[in-house]
Amino acid sequence: MSGLELLTWARGPGLVLAVGICIFGVILRLIEILALGRQADLASPRQNSTGSGWRTIFTRSLPPPGMLRRAPLTYLGGYVFHIGMAIAVFFFVPHIELFRGLLGLRWPGLPNPLVDIASIAAIIALLALLVGRLVDPVKRLLTNAGDWLAWALTFVPLITGYSAYHHLFENYTLTLAVHIVSVELLLVLLPFSKLFHVFSLFIARWYNGEISGRKGVAS
Amino acid sequence: MNRPADNTLRIALSDAGISRRDFLGFCATLAAAYALPASSVIVIAAALENASRTSVIWLSFQECTGCTESLTRSHTPTIEGLILEQVSLDYHHTLQAASGEAAERAREESMRANAGKYLLVVDGSVPLGNPGYSTIAGVSNFDMLMETAKGAAAVIAVGTCAAYGGLPAAQPNPTGAVPVSQLIKDKPVINVPGCPPIPVVITGVLAHFLTFGTLPELDGRGRPTIFYGESIHDRCYRRPSYDQGKFAESFDDEGARKGWCLFKLGCKGPVTHNACATTKWNNGVSFPIQSGHGCLGCAEPDFWDMGSFYKALSMPATPVRKAVAGAAAAGVGAGVAVAFANRAKKAAAKAAHETVKVEDLTKKP
Repeated sequence: MSGLELLTWARGPGLVLAVGICIFGVILRLIEILALGRQADLASPRQNSTGSGWRTIFTRSLPPPGMLRRAPLTYLGGYVFHIGMAIAVFFFVPHIELFRGLLGLRWPGLPNPLVDIASIAAIIALLALLVGRLVDPVKRLLTNAGDWLAWALTFVPLITGYSAYHHLFENYTLTLAVHIVSVELLLVLLPFSKLFHVFSLFIARWYNGEISGRKGVAS
Repeated sequence: MNRPADNTLRIALSDAGISRRDFLGFCATLAAAYALPASSVIVIAAALENASRTSVIWLSFQECTGCTESLTRSHTPTIEGLILEQVSLDYHHTLQAASGEAAERAREESMRANAGKYLLVVDGSVPLGNPGYSTIAGVSNFDMLMETAKGAAAVIAVGTCAAYGGLPAAQPNPTGAVPVSQLIKDKPVINVPGCPPIPVVITGVLAHFLTFGTLPELDGRGRPTIFYGESIHDRCYRRPSYDQGKFAESFDDEGARKGWCLFKLGCKGPVTHNACATTKWNNGVSFPIQSGHGCLGCAEPDFWDMGSFYKALSMPATPVRKAVAGAAAAGVGAGVAVAFANRAKKAAAKAAHETVKVEDLTKKP
C-alpha cells in the first residue's frame, strides 16, 4: 500500500471507523458510569454546598499550596503538555478544516510558526514527563501498562504531525497518512483506556466537589 | 559537430520560425532540470539537432487524447511538438494521416526494422475486463501493447491513465483498467503522470534518451525524479501564505483576490508530485494555482477517488455523519445493556449479602 492509498483510506473508511468506535465507546462508558449511581445521602448537608462541584472542576486544575514546589515537573509538564497539545489540535488550520468537515463548526486558526512552537513545547513536556516517570521510583511503581499505552497513543500523533509538517522524512504523503492513522488509533482506544479522563475527569471532579461540599469541606 | 542533414530538428525549427536562441533556451531548461552544468546545454542542443531519428511508436488506449493535445497544441509552434515530430514517429493513430491496414502496417514495419531499439509511448489505460472494451483495427489494447512492447527498448507511460489507470480505473473501474507498468515487467517503464502531463516533462524524457541514449533517473513509482521529486505545495509561490495562516475561503473572496493559499478550497498540492509550480504551463505562463484554482492532484494515482476536489486535504474524504449517528445509537443501546447488567449484579450482590450479627463475631472458628 502506497502512502497515498493509506492517506485516502485514513481520510475515508479509516476515519469513519475511528470516529464511529470513539463515539460508541464514549457513550457506552458515560452511560455505564452515570447509571452506576450513588446511594442517596440521607444526612442533611453540613452547609450550603451549591456550586461546590462546579468550582472543584476548575480549582483542581490549580496546584494546592506548596505542591508546585514539591512536584514542579508534574505540574509544569502537565500544563505545558495540555496547553501545547490543545493549541496544536484546535488551532492548526488543517485541523480546523477537519472539525469543519465533521461538525460544521469553524473558528480562526493561528499562524503555523505559533502552532509549531506549541507542538514542540508539548513534545518536550511529554518526554520530560516520561523521564520523570521513569526516574521517580514512586511514580514507576504506580505506573502500569495502561499509562505507557496512554503516553504512546498521545506521543505518536504529536511526533508524526511534527514530522509531517517539517518534512522530516522524504515521503511526506506517507508521514501524513501515518499521522492520521495514529490519531485514529488514539480515537479508537480513547474510550477504553486511561485517556477517557478527557470525559471522566470532569464528572469525577464534580462529584468529589459536590460530596465534599455536602460533608462540609469547602471547595 | 557534424553537419546536420536536411531533415534534422535544426531545419524543422528554422522552418517553423523558432530561433536558435529559443531552442538553446529550451535546452538550457532541460539541462537545468537534469541538474547538468551549463556546458552541457550545447551538448544537448547538438545531440537533439543531429539526433539519429529514434523510432517512436505511440499507442493510445483508454484515453481522451488530452496527453497528445498537451504535447502538440499547448502553444504554437512548440519546440516540444517539433521534437516529437523530429523523432521518427512511425505510428500515432491520432496524428497520422494513414488509417486502417496501412497504419497498422507502418507500426509492424517499424517494429521489425527497429527491433530492440524503438521507444514505445503509451497513453491511456488497458482494459482487462473485456478485450472488446477498447480495440484498434480489431486488436485489443492488451494484445497490441504486449506485441509492440516485445521489441521496444523502453516504454514511456504518458499521462495518469497509462501510468496509474487514471479516470478509466476510477471506482468502480467498470472496464478493469490497469496501468502499463502492471503488464510490462521485462522492460523499463517510465511513468510520466499528469492529466495531462506537462509538455516539457514528456519531451524531457525523450530528450534525455536522444541525448544520452539512456533513461533519466526514476523514483520508486517509475517517475523521472527531476520532475516529480518535489510536491507542488513545497514549490508553490503561495506557500508563504499557508505558513502565515492566510487562506482563501471562497473562489471570489478577498483572500482569493490577494492570491492566498487555496488549501481550504481543496488544493491537493501537499501530496501531489509534479513540476507544475516550477516549469508551469503554456510556455511558462501560469499553472492552475496561479490561475486561482487548487491542485487536483492529477499526477497521483487514484486522484479521482481521493474525495472531493473542493474539500481540504484534512477533511473527511467520505461522509461520516451516518456512521456517527449509527455508532451513537449503538453506544446508547450497549450502554443501557451494560447498565442493566451492572444493576442486576448489584442487586444479586445485595441479595447474597449476609448480615453479620454480634454472635457471629463471637463465634469460635
